[in-house]
Amino acid sequence: MNFEKVIFAFFIVLALTLNFGFFIGDIDNPAHHNVYELFAAIVVSLVATVLKAGDKTHLGAVLLATSLVADLQLLIAAIVWGIAVHVTQTGLDSGTMSAIVSLSAGALLANITSVVLLVSETLMVRR
Amino acid sequence: MPNIVFILIRRIRIPLILLIMVYAISILGFVLIPGEDDQGNVWHMGFFHAFYFVSYMGTTIGFGEIPYPFTDAQRMWSLLSIYTTVIAWLYGIGSLLALLQEPAFRTLMTEASFKRALNRINEPFYLICGYGDTGSLLVKALAEAGIRSVVVDQNQNRINSVELEDILFVVPGLCADASIPENLIRAGLKHKNCVTVIALTNSDSCNLKVAITTKLLRPGLLTIARAETHEMEANINSFGTEVVINPFDTFAGRLSLALKSPGKYLLFQWMTNVPNEELQEPTFTPKGVWILCGFGRFGKAVYMRLVAANLNVIVIEATPTETLAPADTVSGIGTEAKTLLQADILNAAGIVAATDDDANNLSILMTAKQLNPGLFVVARQNLKENDEIFSAAKPDLIMKRGSIIANKIFAIITTPLLAKFLDFASQKDNDWANELVSRICGVVSDCVPSRWQLAINNHEAPAIYLAMENNIPVPLGVFLHDPRNREESLNCVPLMLVRESETLLLPEGDELLQAGDEILFCGQSGAKLHTDWISRNHNTFNYVLTGHEYSSGVLKRMLAKQKNHHVYKA
Repeated sequence: MNFEKVIFAFFIVLALTLNFGFFIGDIDNPAHHNVYELFAAIVVSLVATVLKAGDKTHLGAVLLATSLVADLQLLIAAIVWGIAVHVTQTGLDSGTMSAIVSLSAGALLANITSVVLLVSETLMVRR
Repeated sequence: MPNIVFILIRRIRIPLILLIMVYAISILGFVLIPGEDDQGNVWHMGFFHAFYFVSYMGTTIGFGEIPYPFTDAQRMWSLLSIYTTVIAWLYGIGSLLALLQEPAFRTLMTEASFKRALNRINEPFYLICGYGDTGSLLVKALAEAGIRSVVVDQNQNRINSVELEDILFVVPGLCADASIPENLIRAGLKHKNCVTVIALTNSDSCNLKVAITTKLLRPGLLTIARAETHEMEANINSFGTEVVINPFDTFAGRLSLALKSPGKYLLFQWMTNVPNEELQEPTFTPKGVWILCGFGRFGKAVYMRLVAANLNVIVIEATPTETLAPADTVSGIGTEAKTLLQADILNAAGIVAATDDDANNLSILMTAKQLNPGLFVVARQNLKENDEIFSAAKPDLIMKRGSIIANKIFAIITTPLLAKFLDFASQKDNDWANELVSRICGVVSDCVPSRWQLAINNHEAPAIYLAMENNIPVPLGVFLHDPRNREESLNCVPLMLVRESETLLLPEGDELLQAGDEILFCGQSGAKLHTDWISRNHNTFNYVLTGHEYSSGVLKRMLAKQKNHHVYKA
């Protein structure tokens, strides 16, 4: 067992689970989407990106790309949230909330791709 | 080559993760710790405000406690966060700077910047291996003629000097051993815009390797190599290298030309000069006995040529037996009056200081001048850095090794026909050369003549080509009229006309042109624009051919065409 691999897989899977946890629930109901969970998802996703960077293989490049996509989607979701609450002062109405959740749904897809790639690579190594 | 950004991120991965975690924990702390608003109610900081506060706290900008003054619990958390974020930042920036200073990483960065510079070249360029005296002169001359080049040299100082020198273009320089094929490929051998490889390093085996690599990897490329021995010359020639230059032979050949037929020497100097150089005066060498100081590789080549030209030569050499000097050689360096007097300097016509040491050559030259002020003095200059002292010593003739070879290569690659012309010219006698020199003198002012070539085909000379297709005879003389006023003649001399069946040296103005002809001109640099204008512009061409000007409207041209092309008949 390789400790580095454990950390690597841990962050990638955690990014997916947190992302999923935030995403699940009615799309326009703010009560179903926890702001702490979005925060945690962003932090874990950023850490996962740094961990993936620098892998020279083709698979590594694709993993990094999925992570960058997830970061981008989640950060935009957070910015939308921030703007709605602090700048335009409209608060979390159903339209804003659906925008935020659908952005996180995009990130979720990227994270799923990432995990699928990770699992398939693991299956190739029969050790 | 690995991508630098990824290597950078991988190397500072730990500081980056630390920074993200410290920020995340600090922000989360500020969100969770309850604060108080201005009315004393419990107030929770949002993520937005927390991120804002941590951002300016971590970077020690410090805007104060906003939007409401902090409670003691919040201040305690701030204290902790300040130290952790500042340490995380210092650690991150410190590792980044340490990485940037690392020699291995710096090499990677210089290589990456070379690669970027190479990729940015989107016009034909010359790959030059070896940036010594010859290489630097060549790069400079090429840049002035608007041609890009890329330099490879083993010596980092020389590569640095490429960047420091005052060259019109950016010349990418790679510090690498050119004899290793991989390095040549990195330097752009396989680049689609690489048109010629020039091997000028001072190692024959390295030049051989460069030439053979080029011939194998890019067979169609023009290859020019320098070779110091005749065996190596034959070796490099054997696999089809287009031009092999022996510096000693070229140099000695030029020197003997200067002594034996000054007119031809001047012609060769003019034809192979770099742009915008000052016009040299013809030198006239006296007849009589010559003294040659130094019998090394260069001295030998000079000696053979002088003897072949039936000149009397007395050799002065420090080690006559080891260098296999002729029997009547005077032993000594030639820097002392005693040795020179022994060689009968008082009755000699001239002296050639040809040792491989510039200081010795200057010393010979000055001692000789003191003993016999009327002596014709020729000095060999080995290093370009001694330019100042050589011109101060005022010898009658300075032979600069670097510039002779650089100029020859420059002339060959910018005007390929010139090599052929010089071959023909070398078989002619001195009077022929004198006549041509005075003819060229008549068309140029105080700058060296420039030379250019023109091919009569649809691409380079559409106006002439069209006229020929319409069976209108075009004499070479069209190029001798000034397109602004055809009564005045253009400042150029057609040197040679090459067609499939024959080669005409100094063709006359009434010679009729044929499609596919190639013409070599020389003259004032401005005249090239005019010959180009004549060969490309139908109206200008018609004017110089017939003296009539036509309107160039499309309608009128179409009408003229219908009237059986009378435009060209006039």
